[in-house]
Amino acid sequence: MSKFLGLIFSLLLAVTVHASPNIEHWTTENGVSVYFVAAPELPMVDIQIVFDAGGAQDGELSGQALLTNAMLNEGADGLNADQIAAAFDDIGARFGNSSQRDMAMLSLRSLTADSALKPALDLFYKVLSKPDFPQASFDRIQKQLLLGLQAEKQSPSALASRAFYSNLYGDHVYAAMPAGNEQSLSKITVDTLKEFYKNNYVAEKATIVIVGALDLAQAKQTAEKLSSDLPSGGRSFIDEVQVLTEAKTVKIDHPSSQTHILMGQPGIKRGDADYFALYVGNHILGGSGLVSQLSNEVREKRGLTYSVYSYFRPMQQLGPYQLGLSTRNDQADEALAVMRNTLIKFIENGPTKEELIAAKQNITGGFALRVDSNSKIIGYLAMIGFYDLPLDYLENFNDQVNAVTVEQIKDAFSRRVHPDKMVTIMVGGKAE
Amino acid sequence: MINKFRMVFSVLLILPLVATAKVTEFQLDNGLKLIVKEDHRAPVVVSQVWYKVGSSYEYNGITGISHQLEHMMFKGTENLGPNEFSKIIAANGGRENAFTGRDYTAYFQTMQKDRLEVSFRLEAERMRKLVIDEAELLKEHEVVAEERRMRTDDNPQSLVREAFNAAAFVNSPYHHPVIGWMSDIKNYKVADLEQWYQKWYAPNNATVVVVGDVEPDAVYKLAQQYFGPLKPEKTALVKPQIEIEQRGKRSIEVKAPAELPYFMMGWKVPVVKTVDEEYAWEPYALEMLAGILDGGNSARFARELVRGEEIAASVGAGYGLFSRLADVFMVVGTPAKGVSVETLQLAVMTQLEKVKTELVSEQELNRIKTQVVANAVYERDSVFYQAMQIGMLETVGLEWQLTDAYVENVQAVTAEQVLAVAKKYLIDDSLTVAELIPTSLDVNKDEMTAGENNE
Repeated sequence: MSKFLGLIFSLLLAVTVHASPNIEHWTTENGVSVYFVAAPELPMVDIQIVFDAGGAQDGELSGQALLTNAMLNEGADGLNADQIAAAFDDIGARFGNSSQRDMAMLSLRSLTADSALKPALDLFYKVLSKPDFPQASFDRIQKQLLLGLQAEKQSPSALASRAFYSNLYGDHVYAAMPAGNEQSLSKITVDTLKEFYKNNYVAEKATIVIVGALDLAQAKQTAEKLSSDLPSGGRSFIDEVQVLTEAKTVKIDHPSSQTHILMGQPGIKRGDADYFALYVGNHILGGSGLVSQLSNEVREKRGLTYSVYSYFRPMQQLGPYQLGLSTRNDQADEALAVMRNTLIKFIENGPTKEELIAAKQNITGGFALRVDSNSKIIGYLAMIGFYDLPLDYLENFNDQVNAVTVEQIKDAFSRRVHPDKMVTIMVGGKAE
Repeated sequence: MINKFRMVFSVLLILPLVATAKVTEFQLDNGLKLIVKEDHRAPVVVSQVWYKVGSSYEYNGITGISHQLEHMMFKGTENLGPNEFSKIIAANGGRENAFTGRDYTAYFQTMQKDRLEVSFRLEAERMRKLVIDEAELLKEHEVVAEERRMRTDDNPQSLVREAFNAAAFVNSPYHHPVIGWMSDIKNYKVADLEQWYQKWYAPNNATVVVVGDVEPDAVYKLAQQYFGPLKPEKTALVKPQIEIEQRGKRSIEVKAPAELPYFMMGWKVPVVKTVDEEYAWEPYALEMLAGILDGGNSARFARELVRGEEIAASVGAGYGLFSRLADVFMVVGTPAKGVSVETLQLAVMTQLEKVKTELVSEQELNRIKTQVVANAVYERDSVFYQAMQIGMLETVGLEWQLTDAYVENVQAVTAEQVLAVAKKYLIDDSLTVAELIPTSLDVNKDEMTAGENNE
């Protein structure tokens, strides 16, 4: 054992420079924020347009943000869904769309040869700015979403997730699932979506991020073209999340051999002052896979689960802090108790100095892996842009992590994490 | 032939100029193979150790033992305590894991480039010095059983897949699941795992793949230093276990608590490794056929069955060219709301009839070829994926050079060849169909099918 430890420490003495990507940032003529990283090595480019147009903007009709987003490539500027799909595929371009609670997104991956990129951008622009919202497509996608809700009912983890958000957020918009529910989906019409599109796919709510083999001038041209028809529309705001005042346990019967357990509470916002203390602390508790405290207690020592984890998902307002595992029905209570006690102990005692050092070594020593591909870099750009994080977020990341102390972790956890006021969801069957 | 030339030309219009990445191959005296691919885009390195062993090397009674052994590889060696391997990798900023498939078991670390030595030192240690402790094994049995419950037992579509494989393959070891049958999982003994480890974990049965910002000769030196001293093993000869000829369509039903029906159809087909030389083009034509049916949102299944006729909620076709043993060409689907499984299956058969009788258009063919070319560029965004491709090919007994040849071979496929393989292989006599019959999800009712539930 000593032989190996000797090796680690000698290697850690070597100082390495972590080059973080060089981010260019500007605003288009009509006010769209753009972030760009040049990556000339491969003849390809990734582009994402992220809108503040996710499920949090759904209001009463949950699912309309997702449906709007899913309809964009179903018809645009007179082209139908088949023609749009064929035109992207013909040039090897990949179009994608997705909608979560905060963000709704369109993405494009294309080769940078003119014969591919030009038509890809033309089409991407049309899908973004000239969607037709054809009725026949709407009917089909609405039916598919309803079928998706049915599929959720056969998945214990999906059932648990829906119940988790609903109980965590009560009346808040984050309580609803982006995929909606039977009632809301049935009420949505094409006109609803056109209205949603008009109000939300606007310049003030958009961020464009680009990573790839373009020069700055090409990136600027691309962003101008894509944003040229985005109207002005103003921003919207999401209500503050109310913290929980008491513990609540919800049990849902399901004919599964395992019980899926989710436990948690509203956590933190992006840009939260406690972010790094909570992030590093949670890394030790349940965010570092097999070497985390939770994994050690629940899996390594007791063999109670295949996977146990905890994470903060920072959002515009307080995103969830979630702990989870799945285990054989007859040992669900035991596994839950171990998970809870591990959390309570962590809040009381904080991590040891050694654990903190190991966590910092893991996080900072792995920084290069966070930005080693275009697809990872563009994910960070979208996050930095959408949540208005400082441009030097990545550059300062390691310093911020290294500055965290045991005391700060204890302090932040005791102020922000309350095991006595958490929601616990248990979906599963009877013990055999 | 003129046609073929034109097609290739139109694809090349967008074919970018990418310098071919440098791949260097080494072999140590003890038989260990080392393949290094340079990728200097980021100061990182991925290191993967691939062993030629997986569930297709197993037999009844010990199914899943390769996967259980993979778990035990984290539980201690002569010089490392349980979980210490993972702690050291973590403290070095690394990410690591392992995976087991039908034809391989692989272990990987992704790290900053200057930490490759840590990876090699630890992997060399557990290549020959594993210690399987009984108490650890008992706990890890439970962990694997939980993994099986999560992935398979509580997932109706996984249950169908497992039953499908068991029905489609009679004597081929692709019959049994990678994770193993539950009763086998519960009964491996320390001695079983020790024997399995002794037999397969040796330098002459391993391929080490390194991709990243590294210099091949330096990697070779490191490999000599750490893997060089390991003793080779007489690895067992694998029996061919060639699947018997299927004589007629097989149909099975799987009842499980579920909401949505689902089906899988699979036809016996050759793969690159098993195909006769004169038919070497066939796997690539089958790959193209899968693309024509399900290669992107514009392919026939999405266009005709999901959009056009609106009878499928989802429907897909799949084929893998690079397995060790002969495999199946798959079609899976879930009907749209209010549509029966039979209706969707009939529509699928109509689509297949079309590819058996009408040549696919040049435009459709080119569309798939273009996507293949583009994907070959996109894949290079990930060092991990590049290493995966190399390791997988080597481990099933092919050569890594096939990653490049793959693009050329797909581009050479003609419309006539697509029609030929469809006609030759998509026949009822070699078809297996598995259907999910949803039963009630209500825990208070027993064995009631969803259709009977009229509430």
